[in-house]
Amino acid sequence: MDSRISEPREPHIFDAGIFEELREIVGSRGLITSREELHTYECDGLTNFRVLPRAVLLPDSTGQVQKIVRVCHRDKIPFVARGSGTGLSGGALPVENGVVISLTRMNKILEVDLSNARVVVEPGVINLDVTGRVAPQEYFYAPDPSSQSVCSIGGNVAENSGGAHCLKYGFTTTHVLGLEVVLADGSLVHLGGKTLDAPGYDLMGVFVGSEGTLGIATKIVLRVVKRPECVRTLLAAFPSTNEAGAAVSDIIAAGMLPAAIEMMDNLAIQAAEAAVHANYPDCGALLLVELDGPVAEVAALMAHVDEICRKNKAWEIRVAQSDSERALVWKGRKAAFAAMGRISPNYIVQDGVIPRTELPNVMREIGRLSTEAGLRVANVFHAGDGNLHPLVLFDRRVPGQEETAEALSSRILELCIAAGGSITGEHGVGEDKKKMMSKMFSEPDLETMQRVRCAFDPLQLSNPSKIFPRPRLCGEKPGEYVAHPLETAGIAERF
Amino acid sequence: MDASVSAKSNASTFETDVRGIVTAKHVRTAVASDAVAGARPSLVVEPGNEQELAKVLKLANAAGLAVIPRGGGTKLEWGNRPARADVIVSTARLDRVIEHAWADLTVSVEAGCTIGKLQETLAKHGQRLALDALWPERATVGGVLSTNDSGALRLRFGSLRDLVIGVTLALADGTVASSGGRVVKNVAGYDLPKLVTGALGTLGVITRAFFRLHPLPKETRTISCVTGDVPEAHRLVLAIQNSKLAHSALQICCGAEMQPRVDVLFEGSEAGLTAQLEQVKSMMSLATITDAGGDVWNARQGICSAGKQSKGEVAVVKFATLPAQIAETVATIASLSVPDVPWKVVAQAIGIGWARLEGKVSTIDSVLRELRAELERRGGSLVVAQRPAGMTDFDAWGPAGDALPLMSAVKWQFDPQGTLNGGRFVGGI
Repeated sequence: MDSRISEPREPHIFDAGIFEELREIVGSRGLITSREELHTYECDGLTNFRVLPRAVLLPDSTGQVQKIVRVCHRDKIPFVARGSGTGLSGGALPVENGVVISLTRMNKILEVDLSNARVVVEPGVINLDVTGRVAPQEYFYAPDPSSQSVCSIGGNVAENSGGAHCLKYGFTTTHVLGLEVVLADGSLVHLGGKTLDAPGYDLMGVFVGSEGTLGIATKIVLRVVKRPECVRTLLAAFPSTNEAGAAVSDIIAAGMLPAAIEMMDNLAIQAAEAAVHANYPDCGALLLVELDGPVAEVAALMAHVDEICRKNKAWEIRVAQSDSERALVWKGRKAAFAAMGRISPNYIVQDGVIPRTELPNVMREIGRLSTEAGLRVANVFHAGDGNLHPLVLFDRRVPGQEETAEALSSRILELCIAAGGSITGEHGVGEDKKKMMSKMFSEPDLETMQRVRCAFDPLQLSNPSKIFPRPRLCGEKPGEYVAHPLETAGIAERF
Repeated sequence: MDASVSAKSNASTFETDVRGIVTAKHVRTAVASDAVAGARPSLVVEPGNEQELAKVLKLANAAGLAVIPRGGGTKLEWGNRPARADVIVSTARLDRVIEHAWADLTVSVEAGCTIGKLQETLAKHGQRLALDALWPERATVGGVLSTNDSGALRLRFGSLRDLVIGVTLALADGTVASSGGRVVKNVAGYDLPKLVTGALGTLGVITRAFFRLHPLPKETRTISCVTGDVPEAHRLVLAIQNSKLAHSALQICCGAEMQPRVDVLFEGSEAGLTAQLEQVKSMMSLATITDAGGDVWNARQGICSAGKQSKGEVAVVKFATLPAQIAETVATIASLSVPDVPWKVVAQAIGIGWARLEGKVSTIDSVLRELRAELERRGGSLVVAQRPAGMTDFDAWGPAGDALPLMSAVKWQFDPQGTLNGGRFVGGI
């Protein structure tokens, strides 16, 4: 079975008539068709894939999204929903002869209900603005991807975004309680809600993290969390990632669940220093451990963490007490990806997960592969949950180096799979990693996942050709199975 | 051929084939105690591993036989009466803890392992699955996942959807598929572990699961406070929720024949607990603080267990309401029940509660209808876990809303013939 089985798209559908019809829905300001303007939307945060969409639509209501999607469904036009476009796996990459539906105009916080710790938002609302809105009452929205000052909640829902503090607080999926979704045929469904455990399948649980392939979320019910009584951040300098990794294992083994444990290796520290002058010690590996909760509890645990770090040869330990000290400690970490620009003309951001105990082995192998390829690799980790962000540094001007870097980056993911981990912890599969899916999952695994896809979007119009290396042939409408012509002809097999 | 003759011959061929897969020793004729909500299957099959289980499902599916998956059988009455019941496929022999990767705080376990056995294994390394399921000595991993059963610890650690990180499923057509994995943080592919959590075995049989684990707490303290009425108990709960205390569980226990009581659980270090206990006591009236001990956390199981039925028939329901509407919900239950239906409620601060009603079938029936309508009016829901024999047609789930067609489509994709637990789930799925 291959992608050619899906109905051929009909580019000629994009005549003046269809643009006119779309303009009537969203108005002139809501429709982009000029080539220069379309270029803005040709990629997301992963810039090495670029596709020009036929049009970009900027709806400002659920009703408009439904109308657009109904037109797409009628004419079999594939569509890609887009939030702020900060994704790192090409999830918002447009598809050929398709349209992009940008949700940035749907940016209202619709309801703040703190007596129930719920906030209802439109998908274009910026992550950090949710916290901003409830901060005066000492609540916060927990998922905190590094891009939180620009990324949208709709995009977070699509990618099931994480962040440094998901070690303790969980991912986007933990904090989304309800969704209003426009399905690929334009119909509207409500999944979950303001109360818990709605009867029926947890389709919300499947939708979050489905990377825009199951429909478009147009309204999102979030859970917000009360701020802890105190927050303390410890910064410890180690001779190498081995000692830092051992300290992480000891912290976990001691029965603690810090709010965050982050690690940076020497190269990452150098880059962060060059970029934001976080005043980090120059060392082989740096650990940030953040504890939060009641004052007495945090004080007791912090003493224990300090002891564990010293036992594992930490030679400098600082504890940030005030918010401004904390902000400075985090500044270097949050800027780490962008900081690579200071030490290398180009770089690839990788995202893999390993069982935490495999860290020394995987680090050693990354080191070996890096030497072999003759390219530097900087490492930034969410060390508490084994989420690695190796940054492969290269120079595009040197012939062949980009290919070498890509190959190295893929080899690192293979290491993660071999160690029993995952090809992505928070950036998603998108366009970038769909080929890796077959290395992580068997064919029946992938076929089974796509049964969900077929139930939501049998025509595969919503962000098609993402996540799965090979699209599955969907059966006919529920109730009666009718063999697909290709199947009868023996060309395709139904699973 | 006459349909009943055909079904009979299918069934006998099936039985022969199944003996070939799991050996004769593990196939037996069903007895009265194997009945499921009044439906009596004919055969009980106990596969020895996940491949055998998948083959049994495939055969049943091909023979057009209806399958009821069964773990420990503790919650088999939940859900609606099955439309058909031919074969019970038991996971009893899939009972291994496959790997406790304690340094990674994860475990992989077979579906038929009991929660009790799992916890015992995990405790050897000072860890736990942070879940207080009903009847842990008999309830299995697969059954607990399929019924989405969680208790008071959910406030701190989330429910099963937050704890399960991977599953392996056997589908009706014999496909064995895995999703998720053994690492906590993982966004590769669709999150099928969440899809099958609470799906009552209607999409596939869970054969294996990976969970994230938590350390066993160093110290725990429970503090309880008896209040004058439910609104007072609720005000205390809301104040605790709105404070910066780091409690692990918080519930209200109340009933027709008891004074409302608020229970708070703290877990952590000695130093941390002492300070928090002082703080929470300052929120309570000192005269009403009781030292009820850790047993109060068995209240939900008490409500759900058979126990003595002093006032006739029994119904047990789970309700979902907004956290700020717990007192109103309890008031509704009380006003509907008075005077001839004694009731008991355990309500968790997050807005999930369990209620037990005793009385005449006709009264229980009308109370539940009105209560469901009232809860739905406020955006909540009511699910019936246990009901009197005379109420077998009372819908366990209530409406699933505008997503029902989508749910049916998912069911059709996974189990087009309705082989697995047909008719037991929402909207007749």
